[in-house]
Amino acid sequence: MAFLHAATSSHSNSKNALRSRGLTPYLLLAPGMLWLITFFIIPIFSLASTSTMVRPDGAPLGQYVQKFRFQNYIDAFQANQAQYLRSFIYAGIATLLALAIAYPLAYMIAFKSGRYRNILLVMVVAPFFTSFLLRTIAWTQILGDDGPVVSFLKTLPFVTDSLRLTATPFAVVSGLTYNFLPFMTLPLYASLERIDPRTLEAAGDLYANAFTTFRKVTVPLSMPGVVAGTLLTFIPAAGDYVNASILGNPNTKMIGNVIESRFFAVVDYPTAAALSFTLMATILILVTLYIRRSGTDELV
Amino acid sequence: MPGTKISQAAGDLVLNRVSKYYGDFCAVDDLSLTVPDGSFFALLGPSGCGKTTTLRMIAGLEEPTQGTINIGSTDITTEKPYRRNVNTVFQNYALFPHLSIYENVAFGLRRRGIKDVKQEVEKALNLVELGHLAERKPAQLSGGQQQRIAVARAIVNRPEVLLLDEPLGALDLKLRRQMQIELKRIQMEVGITFIHVTHDQEEAMTMADTIAVMNQGKIEQMGSATDLYESPKTAFVANFLGQCNLIKGKVQSRAGGKAVVTAKSHTFEVPLSRVSTDSDSVLLGVRPEKLRLDDRGVNSIKECVVMDRSFIGTSTQYLVRAPWDQEIVVFEQNDEGLHDLRVGDKVSIEWDAEHTFALDGAQDINAGADLGDDE
Repeated sequence: MAFLHAATSSHSNSKNALRSRGLTPYLLLAPGMLWLITFFIIPIFSLASTSTMVRPDGAPLGQYVQKFRFQNYIDAFQANQAQYLRSFIYAGIATLLALAIAYPLAYMIAFKSGRYRNILLVMVVAPFFTSFLLRTIAWTQILGDDGPVVSFLKTLPFVTDSLRLTATPFAVVSGLTYNFLPFMTLPLYASLERIDPRTLEAAGDLYANAFTTFRKVTVPLSMPGVVAGTLLTFIPAAGDYVNASILGNPNTKMIGNVIESRFFAVVDYPTAAALSFTLMATILILVTLYIRRSGTDELV
Repeated sequence: MPGTKISQAAGDLVLNRVSKYYGDFCAVDDLSLTVPDGSFFALLGPSGCGKTTTLRMIAGLEEPTQGTINIGSTDITTEKPYRRNVNTVFQNYALFPHLSIYENVAFGLRRRGIKDVKQEVEKALNLVELGHLAERKPAQLSGGQQQRIAVARAIVNRPEVLLLDEPLGALDLKLRRQMQIELKRIQMEVGITFIHVTHDQEEAMTMADTIAVMNQGKIEQMGSATDLYESPKTAFVANFLGQCNLIKGKVQSRAGGKAVVTAKSHTFEVPLSRVSTDSDSVLLGVRPEKLRLDDRGVNSIKECVVMDRSFIGTSTQYLVRAPWDQEIVVFEQNDEGLHDLRVGDKVSIEWDAEHTFALDGAQDINAGADLGDDE
């Protein structure tokens, strides 16, 4: 539209100027488009085509031909239902935990931190200065049998000496929660920080006590941050395989681990591709339903 | 749902020796004030004079360091804001952006567990003539409309006192004039005590029954607009409300209902009732529109020179230089025989004794002079 408008409103300009102005938006778009085509559009089509391939009898490992076998999807899904379910349950719990931890934190930074605000924000982002893998491996030590958490818990009267935390669902969910916490905190902070403190004062002035003000004004006004934060946490958490493989055991495998092993260990490309597509579709549907339900588009 | 328990205090609002310190900084300094029930009261002063702090203490958003605040016989000094029957119209309206206009206005009623929410909200919206916008969101309204919704949202609760914190500051001049009349009408209709904080002297003078002029945390003078304008008691009030010519002088005699003052080897007369000091060192004051370009009056200055002249429709403003190099402002009505004076012409100025006032001479002659139109 803007391009059309520019073109029609410049009758008097020379044809040359007209043409160059018309091209500018496309030139600006070009690098991004090229990138997307090379690294997203082409791979996704190649993945789609792989997902319906079959390995001919007697062919060597990793050789597949296109047979449009959609049964691949059903087979892959049926064989890995438990991992699917587990992925969404772990990601869901991690998202809720991250929300519970990040909301008070973001609230404090936005409203109560005063001149320490920037330091606290840097501390939220600081983990990104270390590799994701290293941080996850560090959790094996934190939760290890001789680590601080287990040692402390063992001093409590009702905890048995056989307590282990590594290689448990607890460790996987803790790792997911920890690793995606900044993705929850930052959007929450951004939306809380935008709230005009005077609207909170106005609520107090209009007979709402602190709790009612929080429930009726702060929470609804921070919904865009809640939605953004939960999406940014849930989506990568559902597809994550690093936490489950470092902090889990064979019974805590998530769908990401299955896809990874299908691709690199079993070299079963069609199943891996079919699983990837099913995961993508499921997340897409869940996210759409969630955004519809939370109705945040009205807020802005 | 049980509503919030709210104080039922009624009567005059009384601030008794209220002070507010932020660390060492004194925002409000030992301020005492009585606002009669049902009046339209203005707190006028330059930015940073403590007027908003005073308002926030009445609202309960700040707690006084010292002193007490009463409504009638009820002490509300430490009462939580949500328990006071006091409501505020905030500077930038602070409407709830996620709620419809209807729900914004209904907010206070719902918190108190009032039954006839619908009827009350409609009544309040009709009072501000915006009933047709009930389903909109605040962002879909113009500044003037938001302003009126902010008033409706506060007034629907029938508070004992309504506080208005620079409510017209964000509106353009024309809309501001319109809202001044509107607010005055609403106040007369509902009969609630209005306390209006503003730095705009014209706004205060148009709307309020009583104005308190504040400066550096204290009340300089309190009275009707006419009182403050015609008989200021301090140099700050004289300069802050409108324009004023002040001349340093010495009282020579006080007799026969008038004081004789000499200043710069001229002699002037002032009615004793308009001398607000016992000191002999005084500041002699006269408003620019009281001056005439003539030389027959009791008080006159001869041998002045026109420095500048600007025609502004109803009047012409002259800047003339007195023989002692002080600049004096003269407003001449454009009604009869225009003086066709040019820059550099010699003139005399004169005025009546009863238009003169005398203030304590120990004050800064320029106090409050350039503060009126900032922000």
